[in-house]
Amino acid sequence: MKKATMRSDTVDALSFPDLCRFCQAEEDWVIELVEQGVLEPIGGNPGNWRFIGTSIVRAKKARRLSRDLGINTAGVALVLDLLEQRDAVLRRLAQYEAV
Amino acid sequence: MEYKDYYKTLGVARTASTDDIKKAFRKGARKYHPDINTGAEAEAKFKDVNEAYEVLKDPERRAAYDQLGQDAPRTQGRYQPPPDWEGGFSFSDRAPHGNEGFSDFFETLFRRGAGPTSGMGSTRGADSHGRIEISIEDAYRGAERALSLRTPVVGPDGSVRLQDRTVSVQVPKGIVQGQHIRLAGQGAGPASDLFLEVSFAPHPVYCPDGRDLYLDLPVAPWEAALGGHVVMPTPGGKVDLRIPKNARTGQKLRLKGKGLPGAPAGDIYATLKIVNPKVETEQAQKFFERMAKEMPFDPRAHLGG
Repeated sequence: MKKATMRSDTVDALSFPDLCRFCQAEEDWVIELVEQGVLEPIGGNPGNWRFIGTSIVRAKKARRLSRDLGINTAGVALVLDLLEQRDAVLRRLAQYEAV
Repeated sequence: MEYKDYYKTLGVARTASTDDIKKAFRKGARKYHPDINTGAEAEAKFKDVNEAYEVLKDPERRAAYDQLGQDAPRTQGRYQPPPDWEGGFSFSDRAPHGNEGFSDFFETLFRRGAGPTSGMGSTRGADSHGRIEISIEDAYRGAERALSLRTPVVGPDGSVRLQDRTVSVQVPKGIVQGQHIRLAGQGAGPASDLFLEVSFAPHPVYCPDGRDLYLDLPVAPWEAALGGHVVMPTPGGKVDLRIPKNARTGQKLRLKGKGLPGAPAGDIYATLKIVNPKVETEQAQKFFERMAKEMPFDPRAHLGG
């Protein structure tokens, strides 16, 4: 066992190619997700797109869903929306149940 | 090593057709997908379902697995493959996708001597992805955490072994669930990174939502009735909280900027919960009796009738 201290940083923003690498996804797939409104990059065209915060989290979740369950981008968009609604409801429920 | 009943995992008969196996796998994958069904148990089941499908979908692997038979040699739950295992079979596609290992049973029977997962050995290795669970307190202050990693390493003779190592991870202050920490150069291959998705360990008090934290704040009936200041401990230190007069159970108080640090910092939402003291002494008994007599209060007035 070797112990190492290393450079670590928080992933705050990713460029278009970096996001593709991060998700191990094709460019076309990412573009489709942007067109579905699932990912909302800053910047007008793919050349200067910056993906931040929730877009990074959503991209990775979307990738897992599409890879593991074979869902297309429209389906992924719907699943993500429903999951976010469900999580919000669960949070509210937890608050009421605790009281 | 434990014997794995892949048919049982997928809930199909040993005679099931490839289509039925596929159907059972898809159903199981949807049901237990870690993004849909949170909880450690679901994640383990999802892995089991994938492992079972990885074997049963492939005619070569399935035939080899079937040959092991139901009456596989088992002694007290431990399983040893027969010595002539793999005789007469050749596995064309050994490595399943993803770089997460399956069970020892799978690794021994189906991946013995096989190459590492795709992407490694090339000039640019595939990035690795993992998860790290931290406490909400760690996210408040920043922390250093030791993480155990197991990476396949290719030896000079081409054999693969798993190398254990411990890396220290700097957890930055103000990180929230879902964010990723990148460890540059620590991926499985050369010049590849390791990404760790952050999740918070369940907390006995706080419920996180982004940078905001929710909690139930217990208050005594007189604190709620009279209002006033209470001191509330938070991960960022003690804060003074003003309870309004005639506060109700369920009333939400916001502590601006006292949530997880950041720009902007999150808020803490305290939901008031009026808690009655337990009546155990005669004095307390008398006191409540006096209240019952002297306080004109009907909590059921709105029910009518």
